[in-house]
Amino acid sequence: MNSSNSLIPRNFTKVLIICLVLLGICVLASLVLGSRLVRIPELIDGLFHPDVDSYGASVVRKRISRTVFSLFCGAALGVSGALMQAVTRNPLADPSILGVNTGASLFVVCGIAFLNISTANQYIWLALAGAAITAVFVFGIGSMGRGGATPIKLILAGAATSAALSSLVTAIMIPRSYVMDQFRFWQVGSVGSATWSGIATFIPFLVIGVLTAILTAPALNALALGDEVAAGQGVRTGTLRLVAALAGVLLCGATTALAGPIGFIGLLSTHVIRLILGPDLRFVIPMSAISGAIILTISDVCGRLIGSPGELEVGVVTAFIGAPILILLAIKSKVRSL
Amino acid sequence: MKPTHLFQAEQLVAGYENKTVIQDVSLVIPSHKISVIIGANGCGKSTLLKTLARLIKPTSGTITLDGKPLGKLPSKPLARVIGMLPQSPIVPEGISVADLVGRGRFPHQSLFGGWTKKDNEAVAEAMRIMDITEFANHPIDELSGGQRQRVWIAMALAQETDILFLDEPTTFLDITYQVEILDLLTDLNRKHGTTIVMVLHDINLSARYADHIFALHQGKLVAEGEPSEVITSTLVKDIFGLDCTVIEDPISGSPLVVPRGRYHVNQEV
Repeated sequence: MNSSNSLIPRNFTKVLIICLVLLGICVLASLVLGSRLVRIPELIDGLFHPDVDSYGASVVRKRISRTVFSLFCGAALGVSGALMQAVTRNPLADPSILGVNTGASLFVVCGIAFLNISTANQYIWLALAGAAITAVFVFGIGSMGRGGATPIKLILAGAATSAALSSLVTAIMIPRSYVMDQFRFWQVGSVGSATWSGIATFIPFLVIGVLTAILTAPALNALALGDEVAAGQGVRTGTLRLVAALAGVLLCGATTALAGPIGFIGLLSTHVIRLILGPDLRFVIPMSAISGAIILTISDVCGRLIGSPGELEVGVVTAFIGAPILILLAIKSKVRSL
Repeated sequence: MKPTHLFQAEQLVAGYENKTVIQDVSLVIPSHKISVIIGANGCGKSTLLKTLARLIKPTSGTITLDGKPLGKLPSKPLARVIGMLPQSPIVPEGISVADLVGRGRFPHQSLFGGWTKKDNEAVAEAMRIMDITEFANHPIDELSGGQRQRVWIAMALAQETDILFLDEPTTFLDITYQVEILDLLTDLNRKHGTTIVMVLHDINLSARYADHIFALHQGKLVAEGEPSEVITSTLVKDIFGLDCTVIEDPISGSPLVVPRGRYHVNQEV
């Protein structure tokens, strides 16, 4: 018996290679495809010859930031999903489970309605603040009473808070049509408006969130066996939940702030990986980053192709792609619980 | 042989919220022995075990390991000395036997250290002791109840602790598997010197396999000692409220509790 297989899932190398190849194809597709199809020489000009000033080359250059942004957002959402699912021990937990998305939405709406905020950079901080405050609030409620922050209490607190906040969002928006106009662009979720300065703002959140996720993965593995097993293995379950949930909020909050709420990525990317690699979070977390990046980028490309000559926002596409796949997985009863 | 430890609880009071379950329990866990906590349903056996294994914070009183209060010891190094297998751990779907056993290595791994050769050896050894090596790559879902329980115990073994707490490790198992699990735990105790403290439901198996019995009644420790001294018809009547005759177990010589119900009682006894 070769016990080294307790370290690495049997098919890990194969899956990693396939994912990296897919990622490469996605990047290429995202640079080339869209309302204007770019030819290969133009692609090379755009990437490697900054002096060439053809239309095709400039299209490619414009798509680079968009591609990088969608890769980062996808990765952040994938990891955030894996974290939220581990923290709540609920396989259907999405980053939105702690009310993060609605909290961000509420703050952005308030900003537009009462503070006359209109630029993306201002949205970021508002949305982040909203996401963080909501998550802390939900976590606080979920921690009350016996047993601390148990999965079921977190989920109930998150669902209740989400419902309350989204009705607030509607209440603020309905009588103010100008708010609705501005807000609806943000709310759909799009990576099209990516700027390099936006990406630069995003990177610290991504790095801190992903590093935290990777470092807490072994402890989260213990948590998957139940709070008592984890405590018996020396895990401080309360602290772990707080740290991992904060990392998840950071990732999801930053993405939501810049791109608007994008659903399903956090759910879908982790499920696919768990199905293939099994439940070991040391592998599920980094691979969810890659699969999340793939799915979001593909969805963005699809949105550009379907919506041509304009484009369909990626938030719409992920819902359309994600929902049927998830239903299919559920029907085949292959949705692996934690 | 595992090192000797002094594991001690003094005037322990513990429970949940406003409900006190354990009342003023003082005890010393005998090192290198198998101790079994017995008592009626709801008497606080599990709560006592969980409190000793620091899953529940005591309301008052102290638990010390070699003179140091448990609460003051850093949790990860402590998890290399005391391990706990709770009654109903959660099985992540699709997890393989080797992967699950490997999770017991968590307290031995540093934040950046990753998996080492020593981890591999400990996992292989734990699977060998529990005789599950042949299932290493099988998903847990495919195993029988008895095999599963061996996997969980193997996980606890991979943690390589000197003291092991087990909460009803034989519940829901057929009698064959109950005996098998208890034999394997005795192997572990005899060969490696692991101190074992467990809660068992079956008083006769407790009497046979325990070196030391802690008898609990309504949260209080009412008797302790070797099974032959502790398990008497008076004690069984006191803590379980059951009339019985205690005879000698023809196999082991330990006390055997034969209950007396309202039916099926022969005239001459």
